[in-house]
Amino acid sequence: MPLEYWLAGAVMAAFTLYALGAGADFGGGVWDLLSSGPRQRAQRDLIAHAIGPIWEANHVWLILAVVLLFVCFPAAWAALSIALHIPLTVMLVGIVLRGSAFTFRSYDDASDAVQRRWGRVFAVASVLTPLMLGVCVGAVAAGAVQVRGGRVVGGFVRPWLAPFPFAVGGLTLGLFAFLAAVYLTLEAHDPDLREDFRRRAIGSGVAVGALAFAALAVARGEAPLVWEGLVGRHWSLPLHAATGVAALGALFALWTRRFRAARFLAISQVSLVLWGWGASQFPFIVPPDFTFTGTAAPPAVLEAVLGALVCGAVILVPSLWALYRVFKGVRVEA
Amino acid sequence: MAISLGFHILFAAVGIAMPLLMVLAEDRWIRHRDEASHLLARRWAHGTAILFAVGAVSGTVLSFELGLLWPTFMAFAGPIFGMPFSLEGFAFFVEAIFLGIYLYGWDRVAPRAHWAAGILVALSGVLSGVFVVIANGWMNTPTGFRMVDGRAADVDPWAAMRNPAAASEVLHMTIAAYLSVGFAVAAIHAWRLLAEPQNLFHRRALALALWVGGVSAVLQPLSGDVSARQVALHQPVKLASMEGQFRTERGAPLRIGGWPDVEAETTRYAIEIPYGLSLLAFHDPEAVVQGMEAVPRRDWPPVHVVHVAFQVMVACGTVLAGVALLAALLAWRRKGLPDQRWFLRVVTLCGPLGFVALEAGWTVTEVGRQPWIVHGVVRTADAVTPMPGLAVPLVTFTAVYVFLAFVVVFLLRRQVFTSPQLVTPAQGRPGADAAAGA
Repeated sequence: MPLEYWLAGAVMAAFTLYALGAGADFGGGVWDLLSSGPRQRAQRDLIAHAIGPIWEANHVWLILAVVLLFVCFPAAWAALSIALHIPLTVMLVGIVLRGSAFTFRSYDDASDAVQRRWGRVFAVASVLTPLMLGVCVGAVAAGAVQVRGGRVVGGFVRPWLAPFPFAVGGLTLGLFAFLAAVYLTLEAHDPDLREDFRRRAIGSGVAVGALAFAALAVARGEAPLVWEGLVGRHWSLPLHAATGVAALGALFALWTRRFRAARFLAISQVSLVLWGWGASQFPFIVPPDFTFTGTAAPPAVLEAVLGALVCGAVILVPSLWALYRVFKGVRVEA
Repeated sequence: MAISLGFHILFAAVGIAMPLLMVLAEDRWIRHRDEASHLLARRWAHGTAILFAVGAVSGTVLSFELGLLWPTFMAFAGPIFGMPFSLEGFAFFVEAIFLGIYLYGWDRVAPRAHWAAGILVALSGVLSGVFVVIANGWMNTPTGFRMVDGRAADVDPWAAMRNPAAASEVLHMTIAAYLSVGFAVAAIHAWRLLAEPQNLFHRRALALALWVGGVSAVLQPLSGDVSARQVALHQPVKLASMEGQFRTERGAPLRIGGWPDVEAETTRYAIEIPYGLSLLAFHDPEAVVQGMEAVPRRDWPPVHVVHVAFQVMVACGTVLAGVALLAALLAWRRKGLPDQRWFLRVVTLCGPLGFVALEAGWTVTEVGRQPWIVHGVVRTADAVTPMPGLAVPLVTFTAVYVFLAFVVVFLLRRQVFTSPQLVTPAQGRPGADAAAGA
């Protein structure tokens, strides 16, 4: 396998881990926004408690993915940043506001008014960011990012301001909220609180299914490239079958209160969706013009980065294990 | 971009230096079990948490902005100088992980393990700063590739990391972080001590911060010398504009102050020390210093900006080094914390100087490199994105940053620097922090 495919895999892995970790943190923000009922305060506290120690570490996966992109596939990154300048900028504003509002809320006055104000910023930014992330992914998948000779084909707005990117944005938001609700069933000690998030997980799980079919339907008319990639390959059927099984399995596990199984299945589902997207546009990194091989940096660079990734993983894996053990291990057993 | 960077560098400096203060305080607490140090470690950790979060998100903006604003530059330079950024990613990862453990793990891990997590935060903070500065060093003295027909060939990312500017810039910047943060923190606590001279919390804080800031202030001129000689060798135009040196000259004088007159190609109103520049830059009074005239005008940076920024940096650094020596003298004569009121006032006034020097120094290295984004290879104007209406994101991000800075200052005031009621060790009690927060 050529070197650049290994690195493409690393980018996808970082992106997947970002979705599974930080994605759920954003999903937590969505549930903060939608918190309601007699246990509204308890729901918000549980969310804050769950994401507090880990969101910064989760967030770094995105930085890692971006750095890998611009080091290993510089031409593709340049095209993306030119054509998707606007949605990426909006997403960045979302990231800045989400992170700082969350931290400010933790350290600001404990009075209700102040907490609500920061909470509102945190929650709205948590909705905006995944939506924009999905829009960017959708625009890339649809082959709308076309940069030739440093000029954007189709302007700075039209490539992403279209039904398909927004359908993907909605799907992303739904997946993140679903993940968060599933994780939170395991974070909650109080049975009532757990039920709150079980209901939310089931509801968002069903919504994700609907959003996925909607995106696919839009793709058929609007994004032939994606439709082709998702339907026309020899692995299409088994992949969709596996994703569907994971999705239905997760819902069934939630229904029957098998929360650990639900978490495993939800993680599998999200990973399959992401890798399905990656596989559907392979060997293109930014279709229809840029392939992984065509935009790859010189081999010496790829070798060096791969070496650094391996060494980095040696440090990273035990550190992450320690983090999750300290904050998540105990509670899951309880 | 410059605004994002100028903003981020402050948080980065705090991210490098604040964890050190925090673990020093915790170490003291573990050894002496005094409530003031414990509270200090907790408070400084709060400060670190707030600033790290904002630093992390503003750093994310930067990593995207590299591509959003300079796509052409990144397409060219990404593979060559991306290596330190990948490594920085890992350092940052480690920092985020252990900061999470540190902040939320006070009651979940053993005290020494907790302290060790803090040490890892401090170390990885320094390390991520080191990697980013290495990348900047490459922009000043690019190595590790050859230009063939306008494209980079024979790229060697490791050689790019070993660029000549890296070592001296890293040293200078790391010390600058400790220096500016040490003095800023010292100033705040000195100011509080003026109102409450007996407050043990502020006394401990001042002592630790003065140590960190003072030692760095004394070391900084030495690392500055290393940097200056490196610049003299590899970026003579930058040195010339720092010093307002228009003519190529043997035995060039050192100019203090003054205003470069670009039209007349001379620097007016400066105090000149004969042979000073040749001596400092090359350690030889007769050495030839290349002037601005050696390169065409279109390759000149804005000379007065660079010259003035450099003068400001050196002036601030000199004052702080003087204050550090003064503190050492007073502490030695008192055998304890120098808490004379006039000295506390001096320290209070010096608070912003470290950060002023930091920003001025950054201006010198960045503006001094213009019109190049990669020295001698890519011009800044050729690297900017074709996106129209760039003023919009610029204004947006600036507004967001100003707002964030405002909130951060407000929160720090309440979380970190409010006086707790700790007058003598006997009165220190576990509930003090909660009481102080009210």
